[in-house]
Amino acid sequence: MTEKTIEDINTRIADGSVHVVTAEEMPDIVSQLGPEQAAKEVDIVTTGTFGAMCSSGVWLNFGHSDPPIKMQRLWLNDVEAYTGVAAVDAYIGAAQLSSTQGMKYGGAHVIEDLVSGKSIDIHAISQGTDCYPRKLLDTTLTIEDLNQAIMMNPRNAYQKYACASNSSNRTLYTYMGTLLPNCTNITYSGSGVLSPLSNDPEYRTIGMGTRIFLSGTQGYVTGEGTQHDPGDQFGTLMVQGDLKKMDKKYIRGATFNGYGTSLYVGIGIPIPILNSDLAKATAVTDADITTSILDYSVLRFNKPVLRNVTYEELKSGMIDINGHDIPTSPLSSFHDARAIATELKEWVKQGKFYPTLPVERISNTRVCKPMKQTQDMPMVIDVMPTRITTIKQDLCIEDAAKMIMDSNFSHLPVVSEDDKLVGIITAWDIARAVAKNKHDRLEDAMTKNVITADATEPIDIAACRLEQYNISAMPVIDKHRKVVGIITSDDFSKLMARRRDK
Amino acid sequence: MKFLLFVTPEIIARPLIAETVLETGALLNVDRADIKPSGGEIIIDVPRDKYDEVTAALIKRGAKIIPLEQPVIKDDEECINCGACISVCPTGVISFDEEWCVVMDVSKCIQCGLCITMCPHGALKVVKQNPR
Repeated sequence: MTEKTIEDINTRIADGSVHVVTAEEMPDIVSQLGPEQAAKEVDIVTTGTFGAMCSSGVWLNFGHSDPPIKMQRLWLNDVEAYTGVAAVDAYIGAAQLSSTQGMKYGGAHVIEDLVSGKSIDIHAISQGTDCYPRKLLDTTLTIEDLNQAIMMNPRNAYQKYACASNSSNRTLYTYMGTLLPNCTNITYSGSGVLSPLSNDPEYRTIGMGTRIFLSGTQGYVTGEGTQHDPGDQFGTLMVQGDLKKMDKKYIRGATFNGYGTSLYVGIGIPIPILNSDLAKATAVTDADITTSILDYSVLRFNKPVLRNVTYEELKSGMIDINGHDIPTSPLSSFHDARAIATELKEWVKQGKFYPTLPVERISNTRVCKPMKQTQDMPMVIDVMPTRITTIKQDLCIEDAAKMIMDSNFSHLPVVSEDDKLVGIITAWDIARAVAKNKHDRLEDAMTKNVITADATEPIDIAACRLEQYNISAMPVIDKHRKVVGIITSDDFSKLMARRRDK
Repeated sequence: MKFLLFVTPEIIARPLIAETVLETGALLNVDRADIKPSGGEIIIDVPRDKYDEVTAALIKRGAKIIPLEQPVIKDDEECINCGACISVCPTGVISFDEEWCVVMDVSKCIQCGLCITMCPHGALKVVKQNPR
């Protein structure tokens, strides 16, 4: 049984005899030599990933101004940073949007601009105190002018990630990119065979204090990441590194159209091959890593799985869903993940990087819980009026006009003989029909393609639909298309007002 | 070969394309059409050997032609080779090469613009030329 220590490996780095391979090269080596012999021959396996990691940000220290200020609110190029700490410390988060440019520019772009050495406009306000009298501060500075710019990312390097598609008939704009209607495309994230945590899923060598490649410099794992969920193979890491030493090639601000900003972070983790178990773990291939394609058209936290898929299938560029070939897009750059694993390999070979073992291990059993919600989310059924007026489709426009006047509803669901929803008619439709002098048949004036709501869906989702389709009312129907209520934007406005008043 | 056909509002109602097909016998394809009060922009795909004949027939009828030589441009400094653009392209312009670099076959581009908004890092641009 091969058992090496980290000191053995570091001695080999020092004397130049270390054998390093990337996680892409390891599967072939293990299949040829077997795990035992591979553990003897290979000292280190390097991994890499380069993807959008929203939970990233940088602690900045500006030094004190004169007169001094306690920055209560602070903007860098119009992007607000968190200042709820001491006077001139602030945290700029990647996903914070510009107050002037919106989604085009955010914290991630500020971080990229800092790394690129660009000038950043600083604006800070304060109420002024006896110790920090200044109330307003404007200055321009570069990363060189800061005392510290320390990247501290609460959740990076997801072991793997769920893929996204969209079965609805409208385009969705998400953090997984643009999802075209009717499952026309699939997007995925993560580097598969090169994924750091997929190569050490038992957290034998990756833990608190592990030295890593972080966007072009040496950084550290500081512990488990937020939402760490190793049981479901969705482990995450918290990492830290000096932004001043990072390479702009591996720090890129990104905008996902219609969602917001995120930061592409480059992470490479060396896995010391101390024994055959680690050799076996690092022999993982794209075909061994399975994830799910989720249907993002369901606007709930739990989304239906369209199918399960391996990274090998995703990387083939085409996935079969219900007999149709759907093209896939990675959102992570495999090209750059490979560049990172290769660069880290060179660092080790050249004696510029010495791996460490963790000072404390990360849990491989932690479970990620959903949010505890103490207030029930109202359903459509809770706010819809119980009294409803519908109109039969064979009646005429005049009947509809009378009914609207009598009932005080401005929207009338139109139903068939057996009470099934076939259309909707509004006061506006009637006015238009009269203006065009076409006021006989109800069917000609009504809207036939009716957007509807379900009694048991959360009102927030129903409200979203009203907004999406720019309409002011939706009939609520049961599974037989029978109208059980109608919900209007007025109902929502009243409810929102009540929520605010609470 | 693709080109952009620009039609002014005055002639937009004429069956220019149908007339051109009858005159030239070319098996052309309308890839995309965007008709607005200010005029129509139509992307036409035509076999290479019929290009001159078809464009001449359209120009004769008062339409303007813009060859799509460089319909979309990738800034290699900005591109991080993620490939997010690949799956939204309706005509398969974009793919990976063997090194996982994003490559484009721009001859297939119909300037729909989907890749432009999908690109997380602003690396792609549609090149709009003025009608000659």
